[in-house]
Amino acid sequence: MSMLSRVANNLYWMARYLERVENTARLVNVNGHLLLDLPTRVKLGWEPIVDILSFRNLFYEMYDEADEKSVIKFMIAEETNPGSILSSLKYARENARTIKEIIPQEAWEQINKLFLHVTENKSEAFHRRSRYGFLNQIIQLNQSITGLLAGTMTHDDAYAFVRIGRNLERADMSTRIIDVRSASLLPEVSEDSYAFANIQWMSVLKSMSAYQMYRREVKVRVNREDVLEFLMLDSRFPRSLLHTLEQIEYSTAQLPNNKPVIDKTRQIRNYLLNAHPSKLTQQKLHEFIDDTQIGINEINDQLNAVYF
Amino acid sequence: MAIRWGSYKVKGLHDELLRATGKPREYSEILCNYLKNLSEREIGEFKAAAESAIQTMGITFRVYNEEEGSIDRTWPFDIIPRLIDKKEWDEVERGLKQRVKALNMFIDDLYNDQNIIKDGVFPASLLKKSKNFLHECKGFSPKNGVWAHICGTDLVRDNDGQIYVLEDNLRVPSGVSYMLENRHVMKRVFPEMFAEYSILPVDDYPSQLYDMLAELSPRNIEEPEIVVLSPGIYNSAYFEHAYLAQQMGAELVIGTDLVVKDDDCVYMRTVSGLARVDVIYRRIDDWFIDPEVFNPDSVLGIKGIIRAWKAGNVALANAPGSGVADDKVVYAYVPEIIKYYLKEEAILPNVPTYKCNNKKEREYVLENIENMVVKPANESGGYGMLIGPHATTSEHEKFRKLIQDDPRNYVAQPMLTLSTAPTLIDKKVEPRHLDLRPFILSGKDIQVTTGGLTRVALVKGSMVVNSSQGGGSKDTWIVDMEG
Repeated sequence: MSMLSRVANNLYWMARYLERVENTARLVNVNGHLLLDLPTRVKLGWEPIVDILSFRNLFYEMYDEADEKSVIKFMIAEETNPGSILSSLKYARENARTIKEIIPQEAWEQINKLFLHVTENKSEAFHRRSRYGFLNQIIQLNQSITGLLAGTMTHDDAYAFVRIGRNLERADMSTRIIDVRSASLLPEVSEDSYAFANIQWMSVLKSMSAYQMYRREVKVRVNREDVLEFLMLDSRFPRSLLHTLEQIEYSTAQLPNNKPVIDKTRQIRNYLLNAHPSKLTQQKLHEFIDDTQIGINEINDQLNAVYF
Repeated sequence: MAIRWGSYKVKGLHDELLRATGKPREYSEILCNYLKNLSEREIGEFKAAAESAIQTMGITFRVYNEEEGSIDRTWPFDIIPRLIDKKEWDEVERGLKQRVKALNMFIDDLYNDQNIIKDGVFPASLLKKSKNFLHECKGFSPKNGVWAHICGTDLVRDNDGQIYVLEDNLRVPSGVSYMLENRHVMKRVFPEMFAEYSILPVDDYPSQLYDMLAELSPRNIEEPEIVVLSPGIYNSAYFEHAYLAQQMGAELVIGTDLVVKDDDCVYMRTVSGLARVDVIYRRIDDWFIDPEVFNPDSVLGIKGIIRAWKAGNVALANAPGSGVADDKVVYAYVPEIIKYYLKEEAILPNVPTYKCNNKKEREYVLENIENMVVKPANESGGYGMLIGPHATTSEHEKFRKLIQDDPRNYVAQPMLTLSTAPTLIDKKVEPRHLDLRPFILSGKDIQVTTGGLTRVALVKGSMVVNSSQGGGSKDTWIVDMEG
């Protein structure tokens, strides 16, 4: 029996929103830590978080200044921001609710629990002391949902849509983080910023939960080229761009009428493999990432056209 | 010992488990003794076990609330079962089959030859005013002449011990999933009782429903595509729609999942393209099912589905238009309807019903409204009713006027005292009023659920059992005392 398009669409978006929640939580957490390590004269602040998620316009419609308090509120608890953790979670839950009979019962309960955790405790995000624990709990609950789905859901078409959604969102977020972070890192070659470049590249790795695995793979000191190589091209690391594209292709392969989606995914993968992104200048890297982002959107469009 | 039957008051009531003397009935003796020997702690544990089972199983229903909007509530459930002796039940079952058979013949007749009107048994004027008679269905007859494939008939027992039919629900009756889930909960809570008693099983229903629906398929293929059509997650019975779909292995769909193409066939949108649908168990009211024919603003329905149905390319259960036979004025004629089509006396009596379109009966109602229950013809769920003895003078006056303005829309019945059963209220047992909704499946054959859904009014003295208005439920045991 073939799966309903609506159900496939809901599974896909449930997974995308959940992944978005986790990535945003990690991004905010890492930024908080990074700022503690940097001297106040290195002006990095909270604005890059808004830029990474492309919410600059909406943000400045609502706030005057990208200070810690405003950005935290905007990214975590703002109901009028469709990209806030709270909103994403609301959408994830609504999607899950309509497909309760498709996903394992425990997974639904966990999603519900995650939603309640955020709505009930969101004030914890406003205090530096409790913020880390609050966000970490979000990440952990989300990972337990991922684990539950992997461990208790039949790996059928329904699960394929979950994986496609998760990996597409991950690819989208990884490219955003690399784009914005590398841009703010490169131009200044002054002594000061050089001294702290190392910490900042580390934070890029941590934003993608990649620091420890990077350390095991790459023995030399943290540097731009190796970090980019790892985050983009290490196919064994589950958050790298190459890995996510391969996962999308692998999951799509089991679905019917998959040619348009697979062709598109392969095209982007080949583009990635031939571009040698770690060797690119910042300008060229930015252009490359722009193209990749367009490609990711095109995969989404193809999925829409074929399945939803 | 927490439960003392000696202090359980059944004076002036018919109780399902205890006699007027306070002694258990023949079929409830084992249960009553078992309950009597439970400690307060054990009762608390059993209650908690049932609640946790209900929570884990995710048994919920949705209610609309002005402050909170639409919210999921867990299903209020009482752990003390309601028992019926199989000997009595066999008779009830015969009565239900007879009733539903006649009602289906009546619906088929109304949409075709209208012999019952020509023969002067049923007044044409009543049909003319019926909101649920769909002119679009005239001249059509579904497979086997069956319109109401799934019927939920509400039964009540009065003081005198007699079981009456209170109403027939022929449109989209709900509650059967709770009947099934209640049994699952009880097996976890009182496994001992299932060893002591010979309790007839209920879990055959989903496969009977599936077989009946599959029979309706217009295409003669091995595995017809059967779907359950729900209005969506905000509907109060969404849990049941999802549950039944899951139990039957059918697809749960909403209106936008389906489309009618130029060939007048119904398809569902799937990830591999359009797939033909053969049978739709629809849980959407007639009025919303096809914006092309009925309510043009409906976003729940499917454009062209009536066309596809009339072309014989898809089966709808229940058939659109079935509701013509379940309004409360038609109800008053059911004994005559049974006699007319089956040449038999009704096995299950109606509650005596005064039809307000009849001048004499109307005058009686207007004079005695303080002692009567007045019901509008086309409402369900206990809405728009007047319960005379519990209402104020100004409410009596309001209903007198409503009846005089539109007599065809009202019937009235004497106030019954519904039977009670012991119900756990804060670790003590107290009598609470209840009813029973069995479900009747009509295909080539007619099948009745063993028992049905017992709904109980949890508020002391209340006789309103609807879940939307403070009702709960009990498991219903048909016990075979000879088996």
